[in-house]
Amino acid sequence: MKPTKRDYSLLGRDAEAAVANGLAAAEWYHTDIPRKEMKALMQRSDGPAIRDTAIWLGTMLVSGALGIWLWGSWWAVPFFLVYGVLYGSASDSRWHECGHGTAFKTMWMNDAVYQIACFMIMRNPVTWRWSHTRHHTDTVIVGRDPEIAVMRPPDLFRLVLNFFGLLDAWHAVIDMVRNASGVMSAAEKTFIPESEQPKAIRVARIWMAIYLATIALCFATGSILPAMLIGLPRLYGAWHHVLTGLLQHGGLADNVIDHRLNSRTVYMNAFSRFIYWNMNYHVEHHMFPMVPYHALPRLHAMIKHDLPAPNPSMWHGYREMLPAFLRQLRNEDYFLKRDLPMTARPYKEEFHAEPAVAAAE
Amino acid sequence: MSDTWIEVCAADEIDEEDVIRFDHAGRTFAVYRSPEDTYHATDGLCTHEKIHLADGLVMDHVIECPKHNGRFNYKTGEAKGAPVCVDLKTYPVKVESGTVFIGL
Repeated sequence: MKPTKRDYSLLGRDAEAAVANGLAAAEWYHTDIPRKEMKALMQRSDGPAIRDTAIWLGTMLVSGALGIWLWGSWWAVPFFLVYGVLYGSASDSRWHECGHGTAFKTMWMNDAVYQIACFMIMRNPVTWRWSHTRHHTDTVIVGRDPEIAVMRPPDLFRLVLNFFGLLDAWHAVIDMVRNASGVMSAAEKTFIPESEQPKAIRVARIWMAIYLATIALCFATGSILPAMLIGLPRLYGAWHHVLTGLLQHGGLADNVIDHRLNSRTVYMNAFSRFIYWNMNYHVEHHMFPMVPYHALPRLHAMIKHDLPAPNPSMWHGYREMLPAFLRQLRNEDYFLKRDLPMTARPYKEEFHAEPAVAAAE
Repeated sequence: MSDTWIEVCAADEIDEEDVIRFDHAGRTFAVYRSPEDTYHATDGLCTHEKIHLADGLVMDHVIECPKHNGRFNYKTGEAKGAPVCVDLKTYPVKVESGTVFIGL
């Protein structure tokens, strides 16, 4: 059978098909959890996020200061590597968790860290709040989800470039300049309410002023050091968030309404879990987005009987995902089908047995 | 005042600072018990994407939608910010002889 060509445009053929097929804003599968236990998991607390934010920003301050002090010698390199990962990767998970409003109990703390992290990761806080809302409504539904990191067939060159933030940052700059000039794209208008669009434009203008000031400072001092602290870490520190982020949905099913099929939970080392704020428990996060990051290990322990076995390591995850990407180059209908344990409730096959789906293993 | 009072449940069936779902005549509602032991009711579905609010989290006087974390003041129905932009409709509630009633 000839592979199905996917149309990822939010205004295209597959977007219309998703609505017609009932895949848009559908009712997704949830593992049953007694209300009392769910309430306990959802409880908010400032403590863990204040601790983690102090470590995050404090380490950035120290590594950045040492990088400046040692600037001009090779001894500055390790400090900028640390600074870069905290700026260009840890900001990804901070943006995400604070956008959900679950990291802190106190809302202004969520909002403050959200704005800082959005700036670092170069994601307009208004645009991305709404795009992420859609990502949770229509996770990996083709034509509906604006945050599909690896489309089919996979563009492997683009993936490699994004380990250095190159394409993401380039597109972010273009979007920022366009928004700063007062223009919202047609795609942005599909998921950002009209009343919110002026806020996106205002943020883009503020950011552009900051970047222009940084560039001006570089010229004034005759050094790229200011850009090494603001802007460039989005490139040289991006690798960790791409490394972990690709595992979220890469190689798994699309156009299904069960997060057990299209999301991946991966056990990770403590360092990566700190940078990633426990988003390695990704099935759990999508199924219950109101559970804060610090409660996800407890949620995982509670529902793992109903989920596919997690990948025991990032290496294990890549060993299954990369061959799937290579097969999708030849057959974009190919995907990794998740097996459920005997203790799990079955998938709703009526939504997952489309004729076009082939070669699943 | 409301025309009709409909029985919802026994007052102690709702935990303090919690919410339950109540379906009546083809409609769905969310009925809340605040930390001050007062009772309140709103439409049961989030104005953003029609998710049942009774699966969400009550924090003080705020209900948070379980799908996208949109927040409302359940006493007034006020939407507290993105991604919810439209207020919730609220309904009068009374408690008599240990039973909660909603006014429709």
